[in-house]
Amino acid sequence: MTSHTTGKRDPGGSSFARLHHFHGGLVLPAHSEMSTSLPVAAAGIPDELVIPLQQHIGETAMPLVSPGDTVLRGQMIAAPRGNVSSPVHASSSGTVTAIEPRPFPHPSGMSASSIVIATDGRDTWQPANTALANYRQASPDELLEHIRNAGIVGLGGAGFPTAVKLANATSHGIDLLLINGVECEPYITCDNMLMRERSGEILQGTRILQHILRPKRCVIAIEDGMADAEAAMRQAVAAATTDDIEVVRVPEIYPSGGERQLIRVLTGREVPSSGFPSDVGIVCQNVGTAAAIAQAVIQGRPLVSRFVTVTGEGIRQARNLEALIGTPFSHLVAACGGYTPDVDRLLMGGPMMGFALRSDDIPVIKTSNCILAVGRNEMPPPPPALPCIRCSKCTEVCPADLLPQQLYWFARSGNLDAAQDYSLFDCIECGCCAYVCPSHIPLVQYYRHAKTEIWAQEKQKKAADIARRRHEARQQRLERIRQERSERMAARKQAVAGKTAQRDTAKQDAIKAALERVRQKKAQAGVTPKNVDNLTPEQQQQIEEAERRRQHPPPPGEK
Amino acid sequence: MLAALLTLGALATLIGLLLGYAAIRFRVESDPVVEQIDALLPQTQCGQCTYAGCRPYAEAIAAGEADINQCPPGGEATIQALANLLGKDPKPLNPEHGEHKEKTVVVIDENVCIGCTLCIQACPVDAIVGAAKQMHTVVTAECTGCDLCIPPCPVECIHVVPLRRDIGNWIWPAPTEDEPQVRTA
Repeated sequence: MTSHTTGKRDPGGSSFARLHHFHGGLVLPAHSEMSTSLPVAAAGIPDELVIPLQQHIGETAMPLVSPGDTVLRGQMIAAPRGNVSSPVHASSSGTVTAIEPRPFPHPSGMSASSIVIATDGRDTWQPANTALANYRQASPDELLEHIRNAGIVGLGGAGFPTAVKLANATSHGIDLLLINGVECEPYITCDNMLMRERSGEILQGTRILQHILRPKRCVIAIEDGMADAEAAMRQAVAAATTDDIEVVRVPEIYPSGGERQLIRVLTGREVPSSGFPSDVGIVCQNVGTAAAIAQAVIQGRPLVSRFVTVTGEGIRQARNLEALIGTPFSHLVAACGGYTPDVDRLLMGGPMMGFALRSDDIPVIKTSNCILAVGRNEMPPPPPALPCIRCSKCTEVCPADLLPQQLYWFARSGNLDAAQDYSLFDCIECGCCAYVCPSHIPLVQYYRHAKTEIWAQEKQKKAADIARRRHEARQQRLERIRQERSERMAARKQAVAGKTAQRDTAKQDAIKAALERVRQKKAQAGVTPKNVDNLTPEQQQQIEEAERRRQHPPPPGEK
Repeated sequence: MLAALLTLGALATLIGLLLGYAAIRFRVESDPVVEQIDALLPQTQCGQCTYAGCRPYAEAIAAGEADINQCPPGGEATIQALANLLGKDPKPLNPEHGEHKEKTVVVIDENVCIGCTLCIQACPVDAIVGAAKQMHTVVTAECTGCDLCIPPCPVECIHVVPLRRDIGNWIWPAPTEDEPQVRTA
């Protein structure tokens, strides 16, 4: 399964008769029939909803309610903070009982700040804002604001705020809108079931996206082997009597549902490393996101529920459920008849990219697509890792065209710079490399470790830069204060000295002036000494001395 | 022979002039090695290296007055990075300067604080806010964990707490590696 792609751009014809291939990939058993035999059912309202404040990429939302407040279904209970953020809404009516850290679906098993709602069972909706139901009259900016306020994030798994993604795309010229219904990871069938049961909504969402982005073409991509979903979508497209939406079937190769891989398959275009699909004129949205957009715009209802696949041999009746955001996994498991005695462990997500959960007391969030209760013999834990034999099987299957074994060496030895040079961050963590590794090396875990380590180091570096700047600013301030003080002191000293000097010269001047006056007076009056005849020599000497003193007056200080 | 001498001589003069001009035109103001060293230091500004901050220590290293193993907050990683930068052999942290520990921050017990401002004056990164006879508090995000505010406090109301780990700064654990068994036939 090597690449046959020429990398040529699709010439822009109206059909995708010729599909491309991405490098590598795997054909995996789908295990989809387990959870698609029953129609989707509502999971019901649990007694307690735990709604985390951060279910998306970006800044954590800011709570708008406090414990004791009553809330209605669809009411915004936390507002977005900053641009890349998303609000969260109450998924049922009830009373807020706490805002506190609660278990969160995350590989760390850590808790995250959440709003806890004790439901009242009445499930009262707050009045819907259907102002934009006639969306064709609305401007893209109005629609984006509406989508943002509805708390819509990418439901395919990443949870990136949809409004931000679309706003970024509108600034580029978009020629292809891609609605991603390729659910390639084994076991997961929530998109499949959504297409079967909500094809109309998906189509409406697609129309709204077309209105916002004005792409030249629009494609709904569905995986081979989802015949029912494909039929439903084709029917919806036909019913809409539109000719600008195409349904295309792509081969069932894992991970063709990955954004970059799907773009490659359909167009042959390569999304640049660390770039976005909009860089090559494409926007990709998950079918669930499209349906959520339709609900928000047409019905005025924010994102408060989603389809979740509950499957695996550890579940009595695997199926898809429509779950309220914040419903504990244990409630969903109970709605599926509980665990079988055979259950071994619980994963969130699929077998390739999912992570193990420590308990089922964890809420459904916007990005929860699948709960997989693994049976004891279903996925035996891998045997202990053996040394890498450089067989390069991982390189053959890597859908991102990376060199997994090089990345492994670098990640393992802590040579993070080199790992980044080998495009570690283009790794989509699909798990193909680890799946084929004959030495059972947990490759993806090495990459995940390296990525989070790099992030941590970057954060540390940023903190150090801030500390340096603050320290320098403080040094400068102290220096400035010191200088100002010394300048002030010097100025005062000078002022005092100047004053004394002035006083002294004034005195001198006055004395001089007085003497001058006396001299002038003498000259004018023509004063001549009297009684100077017949003087004794002593008297004459006294007179001379007095005259001398008069000529050279002693300095004023001397007495 | 003469032509060759003249040519080479002219070339040498020309290149000499060019280099001389470049030395003036593209003069670098400060010592870039100091900048590079400073960039590797953790900027805790704690002074455990005996210098008055990270930059003075960087200058001392660049001048050959200080060794590269005097920074406890940076620990092994910083020593390794400095060794790589300066082409020296890494050596263990000098225990005279303290030992490496996980990053901590300080908090002020606001019930005990008397508002003396001594800690504010001690903080190298202005991470404590407050005013005379008013309660002080630490801006945790800016605190470098240098602990310089602790000795001046007359009422011992400043406490060291470990930095809280949450989902945002969690690191995937590296796979545990038992030494792989090499099978022999």
